[in-house]
Amino acid sequence: MTADLNSYLFVGAVLFVCGVVCMATKRNGIGVLMGVELVLNGANVNFVAFSRYTDLGLDGQVFSLFVIVLAAAEAAVALAIALNFYNNHLTIDVDRANKLKG
Amino acid sequence: MVGETLRNLLMIAWLLPLAGFAVEIFGGFWGSRKSRVAAWMSVACIGIGFLCSVSALVIWGNSNNWTVLDHAIDHGESHPDAGHEEGGHAEPVHAASATDSHNSPDSHNSQAATATRGQTVFSGTLYYLARFGSLDISLDYYIDSLTLVMFTMVTFIATCIHLFAMGYMSEELTEEFVDHSAHLSNGHHVHRPGRYYRFFAFLSLFCFSMLGLVLAGNIFQVFIFWELVGICSFLLIGFYTERKSACNAANKAFIMNRVGDFGFLIGLMVLWTFFGTFRFGETVDGNGDVVQAGLFQMLPRDAAGNVLRDAASGDVKLGAVAAADQPAGQKTIPYSLLVVAGLGVFAGCVGKSAQFPLQTWLPDAMEGPTPVSALVHSATMVAAGVYLVGRFYPMFVQEVLLTIAYVGCITLFMAATIAIVATDIKKVLAYSTISQLGYMMLGLGVFGWGAGLFHLITHAFFKSLMFLCSGSVIHGCHHEQEMPKMGGLWRKMPITAFTMLVGVIAISGLAIPGLVSWSSVFAFSGFFSKDAVVATSLAFVKGNPTHFLLFIVPLVTAGITAFYMFRLWFYTFAGKPRDQHIYDHCHESPWIMTGPLLALSFFAAFCAIGGEEGPLYRLITGDQPAHIAHGIAATAGSGELTLPGHEAIHAVHGTAGTLALIAAASGTFIAWLLYGTTLVNVAEIKRQLSGLHGFLANKWHFDEMYDALFMKPSHVVGKCCVWIDKTVFDGIIHGSAKVTIFVSKWDKMFDEAVVDGFVNLLGDSTFAVGRSLRVIQTGRLRQYVMFIVVGVVALFAILFTTFPG
Repeated sequence: MTADLNSYLFVGAVLFVCGVVCMATKRNGIGVLMGVELVLNGANVNFVAFSRYTDLGLDGQVFSLFVIVLAAAEAAVALAIALNFYNNHLTIDVDRANKLKG
Repeated sequence: MVGETLRNLLMIAWLLPLAGFAVEIFGGFWGSRKSRVAAWMSVACIGIGFLCSVSALVIWGNSNNWTVLDHAIDHGESHPDAGHEEGGHAEPVHAASATDSHNSPDSHNSQAATATRGQTVFSGTLYYLARFGSLDISLDYYIDSLTLVMFTMVTFIATCIHLFAMGYMSEELTEEFVDHSAHLSNGHHVHRPGRYYRFFAFLSLFCFSMLGLVLAGNIFQVFIFWELVGICSFLLIGFYTERKSACNAANKAFIMNRVGDFGFLIGLMVLWTFFGTFRFGETVDGNGDVVQAGLFQMLPRDAAGNVLRDAASGDVKLGAVAAADQPAGQKTIPYSLLVVAGLGVFAGCVGKSAQFPLQTWLPDAMEGPTPVSALVHSATMVAAGVYLVGRFYPMFVQEVLLTIAYVGCITLFMAATIAIVATDIKKVLAYSTISQLGYMMLGLGVFGWGAGLFHLITHAFFKSLMFLCSGSVIHGCHHEQEMPKMGGLWRKMPITAFTMLVGVIAISGLAIPGLVSWSSVFAFSGFFSKDAVVATSLAFVKGNPTHFLLFIVPLVTAGITAFYMFRLWFYTFAGKPRDQHIYDHCHESPWIMTGPLLALSFFAAFCAIGGEEGPLYRLITGDQPAHIAHGIAATAGSGELTLPGHEAIHAVHGTAGTLALIAAASGTFIAWLLYGTTLVNVAEIKRQLSGLHGFLANKWHFDEMYDALFMKPSHVVGKCCVWIDKTVFDGIIHGSAKVTIFVSKWDKMFDEAVVDGFVNLLGDSTFAVGRSLRVIQTGRLRQYVMFIVVGVVALFAILFTTFPG
């Protein structure tokens, strides 16, 4: 059987859902970040698949490259926040980070 | 170069007192109050100035071989005394070789005179102050015989007065001076530090101003120093500044002078507008070329001395020379404005020389210390007005001259009558000063240029002498000035009494007629100069019979003068002491005061020796304006004045002199009768004539008249203004204030209800929204993720329901 668009979309959806579930269930900050990465990569799979199976040329690939770069930047910032948070609170439990509660 | 030497010498004489002033006023302030250094410095400055002036006079005379003493006006006969100039310090070379005595009297720009006599008038610029367009404001100098004589006279008299003042003011040499005439509100006398140094600093400043005025080469510079002289007068009259009367007198003098100076300014404006220059002499550029004619050269006169006028318009064409055929496009001045310019400048002189109607300040100015009265208010400053009339003479047309003559005539009579009843010894002298200044003005006005200025110089000597004598009396009598409390003082103060008598004889014009000829009369200086004035006025009246008062009044006043002066002398020095207490305590003044008296009395007696053929008169008239000598004959039927020349004056000299002498002698006799003997009861006469006495004692009610004419109306106007201010303007302002308050209240309500309400509503609603949104900001990350998921699912749901294909 050959892989078609729907198979890729399915993989992307699975990745997305995994990521969202990871984000929603993990209390560890690093876990949440991993969930974010999964969600972003799910989106990347979709971009590339659409680009491959429709007449969009290389637009999807370029978008996915942007997303990867963005994800790297986001991870850098988020890890820095996580480190600082750990330094201050000796934990990275995101439920403890409620100082900005309105 | 003679001109440069003269300029430098006179500049030294002029500027030294300024340097002295600067040093004294600061040095004295920080120095000891008991030090006489300021006085010596002051004396040194003016003394060196005197030596410089005398040297300048000698150099000037030598440069023209003293032909000035030789240019015989009427006779050509050489006077034996013609070698002595009035300072007496110089022995000029008598130029017997000068054969050009037929030369017409010198003019300011006459080529002929320059050729025969050499240059006698020097002018130029010392320093540029400012330049506005074509108007130069500069310090110029104008040196002719009159300048030199004035310099010598001013510096000599000032030196004498400085020395006198060293003695007179010595009670100021203390750290704590008690002024018995000034009271505090608690009734105590004023105690203050002595102000010896300040007095001499001001005297120095005054000398600087006066000499600057005499040296001035343009009329604007004259005005500058005119004001400086005025401010010095103000400072010195108000020297006892704690005394209310002194303050008032100083203000009065200053303000009265302002009135005259206003006219002066108008004259200056007219001159500048039409002549375009203020300089007396020519403006010369670096190459020696004349770039602009001076004022004196620009007013054209024909050969007879009349001002040239355009036949059609009556305007006067201005030009460098008095040529009959002026080029077209020449500047012209309306004749009437020429009169205005002359009257304007004369108005300044009226103020400064205390002439009618601005004479009332001078008697009040006697509040100053007596040396001030002698220097400032008799010999020099008030003489500045007369000097300016003389200096500016070429610019005066005959309407102006007639005004000058009548102003002088009114003044001399009025002041003399007031002097009869004055009892304050200084007030008598003050009024006599005004009267004598009137004589000078009269002399100048009736075309006696030389006579007026002659009287100016002689008067300066004998009046400063008499003021110093009165100062000596006041000093000796411990500041008693009322003559009725004196009497018999000649036993106590013989030198003062003797020198005063010299002055009195001089001013009265008494003489011993000579047996050989008129010119051999033996008399003191006042006789000759007053004789010259009276003779000129007689010659004038002969030419213009309608103006006969111009002769009658000064003749009568000559008698009055003798009367009140001898009254003063008899009252003060002769008879029996009227106040034994004062008599017992009075004493002769120290040598530093009597010395100047003796020096001055010598010159008061002999400075005018030889009369109009004597050296002083010839020196003064050496550079007289060109049109003076021969007089001006009136065109028949034109209504013009006939102005007498030297010949006409000489023709009536004998008559006038005799009449004046008779008047003076009878005045003296009456004075002796009333005050020198007990034959007549003076009090009885006073009672009989109490109306007249009161009128005179109240100074012709001039102060009251000015009070009614100027003070009261200005008070009324002031009250009207106050009323208008309080009712109309204040009403408008208060009304507008009320309207503003009313509007503001409404504005406030609108602000609070509408504007504030809107802003508050906005704020409140924003706050409410924020409050309601606050609850979803839980801060729990997983909840936010749930929102995202829900959002994404909702987004998909919406997308798929909206675009089902």
